[in-house]
Amino acid sequence: MPIPFAEALRTKEFVVTAEIGPPKGVDIDEMLHHIDLLKDKVDALNVTDNQSSVMRIGSLPVCKLIKEAGGEPILQMTCRDRNRLALQSELLGAYVLGIRNVLALTGDYITVGDHPEAKPVFDIDSVLLVKLIKQLEQGRDFAGNELKGAPKFCVGAIVTPEADPIEPQLLKFEKKIKAGAEFIQTQAIYDLDNFKKFMRYARKFNVKILAGIVLLASAGMARFMNANVPGIFVPQPLIDELASAPKGKALEKGIEIAGRMIKQIREEKICDGVHIMAIGREHLVPEILSAAGM
Amino acid sequence: MIVGQRKPFDEIKSYVDGCQRILVLGCGTCVAVCMAGGEKEVQILASQLRIAFKEEGKDVQVDEETILRQCDREYFDTLKDRVDKYDVVISMACGAGVQLAAELFPHRVVVPALNTTFIGIAEKEGVWSEKCRACSNCLLAETGGICPITICPKGLVNGPCGGTNHGKCEVDKNKDCAWTLIYRRLEGQGRLEKIREIHPPKNYKVQTTPATIWHAAYREEEA
Repeated sequence: MPIPFAEALRTKEFVVTAEIGPPKGVDIDEMLHHIDLLKDKVDALNVTDNQSSVMRIGSLPVCKLIKEAGGEPILQMTCRDRNRLALQSELLGAYVLGIRNVLALTGDYITVGDHPEAKPVFDIDSVLLVKLIKQLEQGRDFAGNELKGAPKFCVGAIVTPEADPIEPQLLKFEKKIKAGAEFIQTQAIYDLDNFKKFMRYARKFNVKILAGIVLLASAGMARFMNANVPGIFVPQPLIDELASAPKGKALEKGIEIAGRMIKQIREEKICDGVHIMAIGREHLVPEILSAAGM
Repeated sequence: MIVGQRKPFDEIKSYVDGCQRILVLGCGTCVAVCMAGGEKEVQILASQLRIAFKEEGKDVQVDEETILRQCDREYFDTLKDRVDKYDVVISMACGAGVQLAAELFPHRVVVPALNTTFIGIAEKEGVWSEKCRACSNCLLAETGGICPITICPKGLVNGPCGGTNHGKCEVDKNKDCAWTLIYRRLEGQGRLEKIREIHPPKNYKVQTTPATIWHAAYREEEA
């Protein structure tokens, strides 16, 4: 049995999380295989919530499947599809199913996904979702009504250290911590010098920071992300390194790069751990970890 | 002002196919200013309908009229006795005007010619942009005169989402991120403390529809 994630954050020198993206449809064999492969190699598995506004199996049932498989899940929750009633009742439901970790996000806008005509909710935002969870823990719902039994969660949020401009993001980062976030998983970072600068600032706060590691599969993917994904910046030397890999070996190079970054973050104690997002290549997470010497 | 856009001609025509006598009714206020439903646009739509029916070999009477405001009962007075002549009234007002016309002429079919789009301002000749969502809970004093409920598609009240990039919005790269604008303006005014505290959740209770407002001076009539 894994130790609770809150305990891992408290006691371990270097925490590793990875990500499970539920499938679109009820064929879960591949996902169960990934859960089985990763559950003992990482401290917790995030489960995405209709990632990129694309409808899939929900985060909560997959968290339950991870629990049943003997893993430690982190329930990702966005504010896009649920109002404050639905968020709270799902949180209470998650607690009684044994889920103890939540990552609060605002969520991508509806129109970027596969149901662009649906009604976007955004009743509250990620800061208020953290606050809402802390209020449930006090035995009160978000409207102040008394609960019959209060849950207790380990609550996280996210930050984008490469955002441009960064100041408005940091203002929100500080609000998330003020609201009660205990850990922060970052958007993908590639420039460790920049990230060290961010960490010099972030160290002022009592919060655990896990650096986001997104596996680069090719130079094309890196260029695409630079052009299209907000808050992601892959420096040119890394793109050149991927481009210089022999034909068919770019992915191996990507694994090597991810492993090298994790190793440096760990050895230099830049932050408290990493969050590995393999985006459809979950089966490669063990290879990334061994490339990092873990 | 209220900004509207005319519906496609085929959609409007489909509402009135089979009718013999049609009144195209314009509104002389907001939708006239935004060049969607004023006197000129009434002339254009009526002409289009006449041509289309003529091409189909149909003898249909299409009359034109524009009143100052379709959101005020008194301006309909001149129409009261005439409206029974028509099978259908095409209202070129905003959704409020269309509904008042339909309420005042309950025995006549009233159909809209516009899609009512937003409360906004004129940026320049022929360009309007949305500024207000009429949320009944104005935040502009705290947000440097920039409305995050309207300008941010997510209506966020506690700062930008992670989708913003180079000051633009994740939903549309051509549009500004509301929270970057708010941050920059308050920074320039030395008033960032306005947005450092956690803002409480939006209160949708005040938005319960349909809303009714009584001016204080007329309050006794409510009793």
